[in-house]
Amino acid sequence: MTLRALPDEDWFASGHTACPGCGGAIVVRIAMKVLGPKTVVYMPASCLLIFSDLYPLSAFRVPTLQVLFETSAICAAGIKRALKRLGKDDVTVVAFAGDGGTADIGFQALSGAAERNEDILYICYDNEAYMNTGIQRSGTTPFGAWTTTTAVGAAGEGRGKAEFRKDVPRILMAHDVPYMATASLGFPADLLRKLEKAKAKKGFRYLHVLAPCPVGWRAESDQTVNLSKLAVETGLFPLLEYEDGVFRISREPRFTPVREYLKLQGRFRHLTEDQVAATEAWIQEQWERNRALKQALGPRAVATISKDAPVGI
Amino acid sequence: MMEAKLGAAGERRMVTGDFAAAWGALISRPEVIAAYPITPQTLIIEHLAEFLAAGQLDTEFIRVESEHSALAAVIAAEATGVRTYTATSSQGLALMHEPLFVAPPMHLPILMTIVNRTVAAPLGIWAEHNDSMPQRDTGWIQVYVEDAQEALDMILQGYRLAEHPEVELPAMVCMDAFLVSHTIEPVDLPSQDAADAFLPRYKPVHAYLDPDRPLVLGAASPPEYIQEVRWETDRRMRRASEILEEVDRAFAAGFGRTYGGALETYRLEDAEIGLVTLGTVTSTAREAVDRLREHGEKVGLVKLRFFRPFPAERLREATEHLRAIGVYDRAVSFGVGGPTYIEVRNALYDSHRVPILGFLAGLGGRDVTRDDVLLMFRKLATAATRARRSGGVVWIGTRGVSP
Repeated sequence: MTLRALPDEDWFASGHTACPGCGGAIVVRIAMKVLGPKTVVYMPASCLLIFSDLYPLSAFRVPTLQVLFETSAICAAGIKRALKRLGKDDVTVVAFAGDGGTADIGFQALSGAAERNEDILYICYDNEAYMNTGIQRSGTTPFGAWTTTTAVGAAGEGRGKAEFRKDVPRILMAHDVPYMATASLGFPADLLRKLEKAKAKKGFRYLHVLAPCPVGWRAESDQTVNLSKLAVETGLFPLLEYEDGVFRISREPRFTPVREYLKLQGRFRHLTEDQVAATEAWIQEQWERNRALKQALGPRAVATISKDAPVGI
Repeated sequence: MMEAKLGAAGERRMVTGDFAAAWGALISRPEVIAAYPITPQTLIIEHLAEFLAAGQLDTEFIRVESEHSALAAVIAAEATGVRTYTATSSQGLALMHEPLFVAPPMHLPILMTIVNRTVAAPLGIWAEHNDSMPQRDTGWIQVYVEDAQEALDMILQGYRLAEHPEVELPAMVCMDAFLVSHTIEPVDLPSQDAADAFLPRYKPVHAYLDPDRPLVLGAASPPEYIQEVRWETDRRMRRASEILEEVDRAFAAGFGRTYGGALETYRLEDAEIGLVTLGTVTSTAREAVDRLREHGEKVGLVKLRFFRPFPAERLREATEHLRAIGVYDRAVSFGVGGPTYIEVRNALYDSHRVPILGFLAGLGGRDVTRDDVLLMFRKLATAATRARRSGGVVWIGTRGVSP
């Protein structure tokens, strides 16, 4: 689907109460345009739930379910299994969850559903902290970032988050799911292509989309798309795709100096030269690994098994 | 593996309580089952897997990675409009504590078998009610059974009660670890036809996820709306008190067996002293009552079956003539007494002016013997001479503690 072909009709309607510049709301709106009306949505307790489904209002024009924070993958699976029994297997079941609900508290259910290859689409909108509860550190919060639980102060610990982020896409790859991709609002054509592919495929599909949060990142609300571009171009947030065992790098970054990205966000204002240098080194390591993965699992490296191959031992 | 055959009129066979529960689930035709193994519930899901492999069970079977996910999966499936089943025990139920609260306000009539087992620490796998009793305030119907037949029958009854349009609440059928779950007894296994006649296919009334008629389930709500949701669950639980009696009568008409609804009495009509029991101890207590009756002592039993809804009115009527009442518990609310004792005293406070004693025994799965029950009756006989409202908790068979 091209940007031009994107329908005017919205299934995630205007009138929701997300903050100006909310990346998560844009991710959900675009995803729903691609997924369309034959969709059931699950969302956990999250910013999304609060800004879209605060009784008696709903921004979704499709059915939605919320059960618990950590049950996105399993509840999506439960819906899908029931729809199958009801002869409605053509309905797409999608879970929209933030990074906390995905990388941290919801991780066990996510891993279980991926291992069982449940026929669902899981979209993580990653705003890199617990934004709904007030900007607390999560597993995907980047190194050095200020959050309300990685405060900046005079003491040795007061330098923001001490660890680099948990790499959920790579963990999902290790589950050998049929489809895994990362995407950015800064590259909408790539995002649309991946959404369409994820919609069409059967089995467990995972999309990890960077979702800038102006409030939590201490950034201007008109910088959401720019930050989404810069995160990719600095090499911090790689655009990757893992499909049926084949690994692709969707875009070779320009490797724009990471300072260009960091300086736009108050959450990095306190970073020392050492911390910036550590971030640069980390980017290099990440890309060495991405290239090694491409070498090992790229299109030519993977042997395919014929459909006519005998079944069993 | 036991070969399962479905005769038109059912058949009588020697099976474990877990098998009986699996059979009850099988003939209830759940569309989605999600479960995670935990001793002593494991046989239930193993038998279901065998039924599935043999082509007898037609269902979506989700072998989840935790009990938390087991309950979350059936909540989501039930919310999509199909009948669901799960089973767990002990730590598994403790892990489910969070999702338990979600099903009642959403009107999701899930049925779950609980094999009552000790909750760590110390780690133990034997019978105790400290797993399900703390779940009493989650909005689930709770029924405690005495044997394998009842464990099976209450699945059928449980669905019919839970799915009643005026109830629409989830239900737990609780059976004692090993004493029921792994004990082999003769059980009437009803035929599929008989089950279908009693329990028709489930049709959700209004709350289900369907793209053709979008609705929101589980919205965030401000205080303006939540209190009414709580009131509604309370109202439905009270209504269940009446419906469960109708369901038991309908079951008796179809299967020729009745359990007396919320409670059953034994030799209580002319008794002066009564004991309230829950679960397998009832069988032992019947023996004790018979023994005392042989000696001319006027004692009797109340087998309490439903704990939620709590049958306060029926309990008042059944016990109004007694001079002393004992309440047995296999669980303890520390510093207070057994949960059943607390409920019974509350229920009888307005009407009864007699001693009501709580007895704690069999914790951690320790055997409760006939002598233990005889001791309870002796304590009650002494208390009866006081002839005034009083209470107290007695620990029976505790090393180093005189009862």
